[in-house]
Amino acid sequence: MTEDSKHLEVTLETQVESVNLAEEMCLRVAEAAGFGEDDCYRIGMSVREGVINAFHYGNEERPEKKIHLALDLTPEKMVIHVLDEGRGFDLSRVPDPLAEENLLSTSGRGIFLMRAFMDEFEVIPGRTGGAEIVMSKKLPSPGSTGMNGTSQGAAPKKES
Amino acid sequence: MALRATYREASGVTVVDIGGRITLGEGSALLRKTIRELLEEQRTMILLNLADVDYIDSSGIGELVSAYTGVKNRGGNLKLLHLTKKVHDLLQLTKLFTVFEVYSDENSALRSYQ
Repeated sequence: MTEDSKHLEVTLETQVESVNLAEEMCLRVAEAAGFGEDDCYRIGMSVREGVINAFHYGNEERPEKKIHLALDLTPEKMVIHVLDEGRGFDLSRVPDPLAEENLLSTSGRGIFLMRAFMDEFEVIPGRTGGAEIVMSKKLPSPGSTGMNGTSQGAAPKKES
Repeated sequence: MALRATYREASGVTVVDIGGRITLGEGSALLRKTIRELLEEQRTMILLNLADVDYIDSSGIGELVSAYTGVKNRGGNLKLLHLTKKVHDLLQLTKLFTVFEVYSDENSALRSYQ
């Protein structure tokens, strides 16, 4: 971590309200860091999905377990860590939600959305023994149109 | 913004006007409750007007799929009307555009049930 980097860490309860709280917190940091509206949407959605994953799959909605959210803001990118206290999981075993047989599944799209919306995404074994999602988004370069939310990607753009 | 849902009858179709966010928690729960009530009243031709839905997460997507299959299993049909850009793009990204019938005009949507 360099002097130019900022680090923020918070421990969240395993409850539905933590999803909104995490999203709001990360959105404030993303806005302050200069991300445009579309990128903020993608970051906010990814944080939601990461925390939903920790809440539901990692911690199995057990209130005695915690969700650990950390943000690193470097001059190049915003890095988000979501760590649960579950048993971890193998990313390669997560079903593809776009496969014909999974299209009508009522769950299993969170990882897909995080991958689609962020520049980097991985799941590593966490210090708690659970899964740690690590995902990042490059900061818009100074003077780029990214301030208005026009960066690349498959994600939705602002409704006009 | 919390989800809100009201419904009305038009040409034999129940049009559900939804506004707000369909997300984990209250939003998804309200959509589930609304669809369950409609099915209990034997209303199986359902058009979800999502004009005022500005945000859906994976839980909300799951709830839409659940509503779709629940209505289909009762011999009915659930279609979508007036998607906002964000919701449109999200359904496209998740390939659910190939599942749902989507309309941008209410009259055309209503005619499609006949």
